[in-house]
Amino acid sequence: MGLEQFKNRNVGQQNYVMLDLEHTPQTGMGKFRQVVRRTFKAELFVGLWVTMREMINALFRGQMHTVKYPLEKLPISPRYRAIHEMLRLLESGHYRCIGCGLCEKICISNCITMDTRYDENQRKEVSEYTINFGRCIFCGYCAEVCPELAIVHGPRYETASEQRASFSLFEDMLTPIDKLNLQQEYDGFGAVTPNADENIKKTPLAY
Amino acid sequence: MEVVTYTNVETFVQHLPEVTAVGVWIKALIILAVISAIAGFGTFIERKVLAFMQRRLGPMHVGPYGLLQLIADGIKLFTKEDIVPQNANRLIFMVAPIITAATAFIALAAVPVFPDFTIPQWVPVLGGTFVPSIAADLNIGILFVLGMMAAGLYGPLLAGMAQANKWGIIGAARTAVQFLSYEVVTGLSILAPIMLVGSLSFVDFNNYQQGGIADWIIWKQPVAFILFLIAGFAETNRTPFDLLEHEAEVVSGYATEYSGMRWGMFFIGEYANMITISIIAAVVFLGGYSEEGIGWLTIILKVGFFFFLMLWIRAAWPHVRPDQLMWLCWKVLMPIAVINVVVTGIVMMV
Ligand code: SF4
Ligand code: SF4
Repeated sequence: MGLEQFKNRNVGQQNYVMLDLEHTPQTGMGKFRQVVRRTFKAELFVGLWVTMREMINALFRGQMHTVKYPLEKLPISPRYRAIHEMLRLLESGHYRCIGCGLCEKICISNCITMDTRYDENQRKEVSEYTINFGRCIFCGYCAEVCPELAIVHGPRYETASEQRASFSLFEDMLTPIDKLNLQQEYDGFGAVTPNADENIKKTPLAY
Repeated sequence: MEVVTYTNVETFVQHLPEVTAVGVWIKALIILAVISAIAGFGTFIERKVLAFMQRRLGPMHVGPYGLLQLIADGIKLFTKEDIVPQNANRLIFMVAPIITAATAFIALAAVPVFPDFTIPQWVPVLGGTFVPSIAADLNIGILFVLGMMAAGLYGPLLAGMAQANKWGIIGAARTAVQFLSYEVVTGLSILAPIMLVGSLSFVDFNNYQQGGIADWIIWKQPVAFILFLIAGFAETNRTPFDLLEHEAEVVSGYATEYSGMRWGMFFIGEYANMITISIIAAVVFLGGYSEEGIGWLTIILKVGFFFFLMLWIRAAWPHVRPDQLMWLCWKVLMPIAVINVVVTGIVMMV
């Protein structure tokens, strides 16, 4: 099953058919004729044929709609906003987050908590970073505001937990260093648009 | 059931051994065991077929292709608490499901189910016993079966009235409406084939149509066949005439307050009735079983077709209102049935 059928939002573009509803007969003869017509009309068999056709479609033409959920899953849109991920720089493998704190500021449910410090090179590094998923409303603002595309939304949507508050640590969300080559670039909310290059302007210093 | 009326021995089973009481008992046990199992299996088939027609998979997870779902359901039904509501009439409430299940199985006593056989000699005690295909080969078989199935409607009727629940009352009222509507049509529609054959015994019906497909009564009585089928749907309480327990309107009608095995007995009764109606339709209109060729497989195929038809129609058609059912039965089907009987009579006389 592909994504295409979910992407068709053009409801209302179909060809609607106006039903030709007949008037209720007034005379006795008219009523009798209606009864006879309805009794001998093959309409009921059309219904039988439709269900049989659907059964054949389902069994022999692979149009079964059931998705056996925990065993198979529907593809989700790249714009889907589920549990966050922290991405790494592809070249160095260092995490992308620069500790700017924008995500913490913008988070409307105050669920991001972070702390930073200077490392030995006087660069900022993240010492604490947690997201309380019991509070997060998955609005996507943090991913949108992040200047480094460091915090993004992943596809993990099965988030049932035993506790109301469930914190996720920086290390949990960070791409594992050995899986770096599998890291997917996020093209959802706040990601670089395909025509981003055209929109780049020179900085004022150049003129 | 010890008294086995056996008027047709001369015409049908000259070469067969004598039917003993032991044989009938064994047959009764076989019917009880196999039909309950088939009724249970029927629920599985129904779920599967309805699911396929709606492009779903149906039960899949208990056992291969969900086959063991039956056992899971059985465990659930048997272990559920048996609740009798506070203001209900205890005795009638508890007896009503038994009426439905019992009458359904008693009706099966007079229809041919499974071939007859003789238990081989090496089996201890029972060796050499002849087990007939019909437990009680009454010479008024059809009348007996239809009467029993009609008596089965006392189950829903009493259940609905005994449970002190307004949905139950509505269900009981609808039972009465349904009963009054279809019973006339059932009787009149099957009257024409009975006139043709001149007997009420299933064996005579079967022998009448032994000459192959061209001899089937359906070709002589297509109208009676359709009428009987419609009335049969009403009799077994299937869509499009499932007024008694239509969930969308009356919660669960007569079965609203029932739980556990008492509810299960209504269910088994309904499925046993479906099988009975299928067998009657197959024997009376579609040639029944035959001794030569693929033999008993033919009737199993025919019964299977009718069973499938019931599921198919349930998937396809909406159900009718009670007043529409009465209108249909009294104003459309009954006149057609009467005309059919009269025409059959005239053709036979000429
Ligand atoms: S998705 Fe919204 S609520 Fe959740 S952490 Fe990001 S900004 Fe906060
Ligand atoms: S907005 Fe991005 S870079 Fe800034 S602290 Fe948050 S995750 Fe790090």
